[in-house]
Amino acid sequence: MKATETPPVVTVKEPAPVSEAPAPGGKEKGSEGKTLNVFSHGVLIIWAILVVLPLLWAIMSSFKSDDSILSTPWALPDKLHFDNWSRAWSQAHMSDYFFNTIIVVGGSLIGTLLLGSMAAYVLARFDFPGNRFIYYLFIGGMSFPIILALVPLFFVMNNMGLLNTRHGLIMVYIAYSLPFTVFFLTSFFRTLPGSVAEAAMIDGASHTRTFFQVMLPMAKPGLISVGIFNFLGQWNQYMLPTVLNTDPKYRVLSQGLVELANSQGYKGDWSGLFAGLVMAMLPVLAAYIIFQRQVVAGLTAGAVK
Amino acid sequence: MQHGRYRFIVGFLVAPLALYAVFVIWPFIQAIYYSFTDWTGLSPDFKMVGFGNYTRMLKDDIFWKSLQHSVILVLVLPLVTLSLALFFAFMLNVGGRRRKNAAVSGVRGSGFYKIAYFFPQVLSIVIVALLFQFAYNPRSGMLNSALKGIGLGSVQPDWLGDPSLALICVMVVLVWSTVGFFVVLFSAGMASIPKDFYEAALLDGASRVTTFFKITVPLLWDTIQSGWVYMGILALGVEAFTAVQVMTVGPGGPDYSTSILPLYVYQTAFRDGQAGYATTIGVGLLIVTMAFAAVVMRLGRRERLEF
Repeated sequence: MKATETPPVVTVKEPAPVSEAPAPGGKEKGSEGKTLNVFSHGVLIIWAILVVLPLLWAIMSSFKSDDSILSTPWALPDKLHFDNWSRAWSQAHMSDYFFNTIIVVGGSLIGTLLLGSMAAYVLARFDFPGNRFIYYLFIGGMSFPIILALVPLFFVMNNMGLLNTRHGLIMVYIAYSLPFTVFFLTSFFRTLPGSVAEAAMIDGASHTRTFFQVMLPMAKPGLISVGIFNFLGQWNQYMLPTVLNTDPKYRVLSQGLVELANSQGYKGDWSGLFAGLVMAMLPVLAAYIIFQRQVVAGLTAGAVK
Repeated sequence: MQHGRYRFIVGFLVAPLALYAVFVIWPFIQAIYYSFTDWTGLSPDFKMVGFGNYTRMLKDDIFWKSLQHSVILVLVLPLVTLSLALFFAFMLNVGGRRRKNAAVSGVRGSGFYKIAYFFPQVLSIVIVALLFQFAYNPRSGMLNSALKGIGLGSVQPDWLGDPSLALICVMVVLVWSTVGFFVVLFSAGMASIPKDFYEAALLDGASRVTTFFKITVPLLWDTIQSGWVYMGILALGVEAFTAVQVMTVGPGGPDYSTSILPLYVYQTAFRDGQAGYATTIGVGLLIVTMAFAAVVMRLGRRERLEF
């Protein structure tokens, strides 16, 4: 799921603990259970293999020579060709793509969380004319096809001199991440107790100070969920940079990989391409394994019951 | 106090709203306006052509072909993905029996399966598409050499190069990358169904197939429906666009065999320099998307089951 798309709208629901109560009487119903068990287990294992195999294959190929990738795709590497990795990192500019992606995603992630939580806080906790209208204006953005806005967006950016710049890309990422972020955080801020904020106000804190020093720290779990969601979406963004950022200097990772695939296709440097692919895969793979619970919660948070 | 309050509200809303209005709302409104012009996108001059672009679109073969593919995608992808995910989630949560004395539990190792299945979801669709482009490679790809390995050397399809196979190959990739997300989503939904429902069904001698169709599916209906909308928007939007753009030759496949509406919008605007006409096709895409959502909502309307 990418940040700029419509995520399913679901309320978070913690899985109920599996009942440990003894099963009500009755025996296992003989063969129906057994054959079905073998069958269903078989299907589950096959799908697990189908998911894992292409990834292992890519990792394996990134350590092979070009010849053996083409002639014996399934064989293990004869020796570990680390030169593929260094070639991809420096000559194929993967290091530059990483650098650009980190700058752009870092900037837009901070911006999205800051602006998103500011708007959501005001919309959730203050009553003023136009509140509903602005809320639905933001939420509406989740359901329209970005591709339709892409052509005019290109010219808006062009007129503002923001094409092919990193800060231009950051602003666009933020804008297209706002609908879901505002939607998610508005419902989150509504659940926070108001008494703490009132106490802060009585002690003489301004609205701004109350927000930054009291409400924002309390909203941390929500910020983490929506932050992970936006991080993955923005890290994996492809269409927006492809259209709005054609300067090779500022290419982000996904663009760089497609470029690498096209150019290595001519040169026949398949091993370099695999090294690049695996390199781009590793950070999210690592993040997913470490923060597995939070990632799943962050991505599935929201779907309506 | 009142004064400070409004200043605060305006101060907090102005930056997010400005960004959103300039980069999202304004281009969207402009798009509809441009769809009535002959704008090339290259020069600043254009004139109104009324419904000219719309009549042209209705006579455009490639538009119809792309529309047809988009409709296939929007019908097939949710069906296949959600069915697979429902089946897996059922197995992982209530498919196993008589373990740890629990009446209802998942099969052994369900925790591992959930983690593994979800993984493709965090990968960029670009990475997934490039990976599979290799797997599909007719000469040295994973698939054809596996076919060779099991003695089917004579069967060597040209997967993405074959007009009759290319679209199916793209769909397989999209299913592969999204099933895990729904497995986890449905698992969370299933965990909230009270266990006594299953226990009662078991006592009555219901088989697992019966419990699946009579208990699980009806009680999960709301989640399934929003999953359906989400898959449909994915099939009509950025993810499908990226998969086709990156994977298929052309891009758009041999003889436009994998062209889909978003890709055609993109090509018309940025390759052919016909920005006005491209936004017209974009409006067509918008209509298809909204029609799809309306149909799902309509068909999906059922009596809400409370539990």
